[in-house]
Amino acid sequence: MNTVTADPVADDVPLIEFCDVTKTYGQGEAAFQALRGVDLRIDVGDFVAVMGPSGSGKSTAMNILGCLDSPSSGAYRFRGVHVERLSRNQRALLRRHYLGFVFQGFNLLARTSALENVELPLLYRGEARAVRHAKAREALAAVGLDRWEKHTPAELSGGQQQRVAIARAIVTHPTLLLADEPTGNLDSQRSHEIMELLVDLNRKRGITVLMVTHEPDMAQYAQRVVHFVDGRVATDRRNEERH
Amino acid sequence: MFWSSVLLALRAIRRNLLRSFLTILGIVIGVGAVITMVTLGNGATQAVSEQIASLGSNLVIIRPGKRLGPGRDEAGSPNFKAADADAIVAQISALNAVAPVASKSVTVVYTAKNWSTTITGSTDAYFTTGNWRLAAGRLFTDAEQRAGKAVCVIGATVRKELFGEQMPVGDQLRIKNFACEVIGLLQSKGQSTMGMDQDDTIVMPLRTLQRRLTGTQDVNTLMVSVQDGANTDRIMADLRLLMRERRKIAANEDDNFSILDTRQIADAMTGTTKVLTMLLGAVAAVSLLVGGIGIMNIMLVSVTERTREIGIRLAIGALEREVLLQFLIEAVALAALGGIVGITLATLASVGLAALMQVPYVFDPSINLLSFLFSAAIGVIFGYFPARRAAQLDPIEALRHE
Ligand SMILES: Nc1ncnc2c1ncn2[C@@H]1O[C@H](COP(=O)(O)OP(=O)(O)OP(=O)(O)O)[C@@H](O)[C@H]1O
Ligand SMILES: [Mg+2]
Repeated sequence: MNTVTADPVADDVPLIEFCDVTKTYGQGEAAFQALRGVDLRIDVGDFVAVMGPSGSGKSTAMNILGCLDSPSSGAYRFRGVHVERLSRNQRALLRRHYLGFVFQGFNLLARTSALENVELPLLYRGEARAVRHAKAREALAAVGLDRWEKHTPAELSGGQQQRVAIARAIVTHPTLLLADEPTGNLDSQRSHEIMELLVDLNRKRGITVLMVTHEPDMAQYAQRVVHFVDGRVATDRRNEERH
Repeated sequence: MFWSSVLLALRAIRRNLLRSFLTILGIVIGVGAVITMVTLGNGATQAVSEQIASLGSNLVIIRPGKRLGPGRDEAGSPNFKAADADAIVAQISALNAVAPVASKSVTVVYTAKNWSTTITGSTDAYFTTGNWRLAAGRLFTDAEQRAGKAVCVIGATVRKELFGEQMPVGDQLRIKNFACEVIGLLQSKGQSTMGMDQDDTIVMPLRTLQRRLTGTQDVNTLMVSVQDGANTDRIMADLRLLMRERRKIAANEDDNFSILDTRQIADAMTGTTKVLTMLLGAVAAVSLLVGGIGIMNIMLVSVTERTREIGIRLAIGALEREVLLQFLIEAVALAALGGIVGITLATLASVGLAALMQVPYVFDPSINLLSFLFSAAIGVIFGYFPARRAAQLDPIEALRHE
């Protein structure tokens, strides 16, 4: 873990570096290559939107970036550290201290209140009860759910669950926020509010944001848009103007 | 890390109340059944031992036939005579008393009431060998014994059935065709477990019984009370030689009688109840097993959901060992709770049932511990090991688990 926590990192080292990353699901006849050699470099403080057709490998790449999955080949360096050389525990600690992840399928704990779901990452960070509650309430308020903290996922709409998932990802103020279609279930009014929130976190707290989206409107909020096609990066451009 | 795991475990128990309840129930039933059964069995064994102890501590019993109990070979083994008892008294030392005993089942009548019981014919020595104490009245006089007078000493049950609360001493019982004066009342020895009521007895002089009821000179049993500190084995050997001699058994022939001391009788009888206890225990062990399988089921059914839960925890930065600690605490807490409730209920049930069955309540720490450990092991194994397998997956695989 020391290699991961070693601070400060030299300024010119990118936060994320993907070198020729591939991911193959299955074996033999049934094998399917979801990523076919992705090169990607993301600097600290960037706000990146990932777009591309369904099945182009966006979620696969996000899972690898989030250290939830490992690439079949290629190298992934996080703050200059080779992630594939880390042990399971080191990767867990990396997730705990640096990453926030919003899953495409929310992945909230069932029968557990919104507040308890949101404070879970803080619990694993060993925060005191009072701090946990204050921060979790703050995060829930930020996504407009301050009145829903006692509700369990089953008692929340899809959009509300998604916002709980976002609150859980931002509650720790992670170095890198990975969000897989964070506005997929939200109306456009809410979507814009969430985007404002992400932009705010990116600007004020220096959180690097990597967000998958299908909506060009949302991609407008990013500083940079990466297009995936068939498991490769097809285009990678900077937005001229930002909202 | 430990306290946050405790907190997480308690939260997991709370949000899966039904599952937790069923797990606890499985353990409660298993532990409760085993402990109750074994405790009652132990109580029965102890009751039998106590009853045997009440026979008298140093008692040796001589009966015709090669073996005691069912299948006794009576052919070619004549009964004893009263003279055998006299010979023992004359020739063997270190004895308290020797009682020749014959008995007969009869119906006795007092005023309008009648009662079926067993009448024992013997001498005063019978009260010594049988550890009997008088509650009222007196024992037989030598004259009464010699003359075969119609007098008797009755047990507490016979008194209750025929006389109620009334004092029986001095009254007359009607036994078959003769009247018999009650001269003494025995102290109660209490109910026995084997359905055999020791207080349901009438004792009269041997000669009276022989003349008026059996019509023979036969004696069925010789009861010999050995003095404290005497060598029972040597006395039994002497008794054997004496009886062989008196019954004119040739050197190459087997005994046609058997000599047992209370220890051997106790072993035989407690042996039976011990087998019974083991049987009960085995039946109860099945319920422990069924409870265990119930827990297994609940745990395995919930594996899918829990695998996803583990995936979520790993994804947001939990270490494998933190997840495992949480699941271990959860399993131990449920198992311990189930064990404690099971032991409590079993203790209540055992005390209640023991009172109902009139056997003593005997606390057996080992069976409490054993059944508790067994159910705890089941809870922990089936709560912990599926969790361990899930926690060793890549987070993404655990999350994808269907
Ligand atoms: N666990 C898996 N096993 C086999 N194939 C998989 C698995 N996960 C993803 N795939 C395949 O990999 C490809 C890329 O999937 P991925 O989820 O990365 O797509 P995506 O770009 O996120 O799509 P969407 O926009 O619909 O979310 C798809 O064709 C999918 O079928
Ligand atoms: Mg996807």
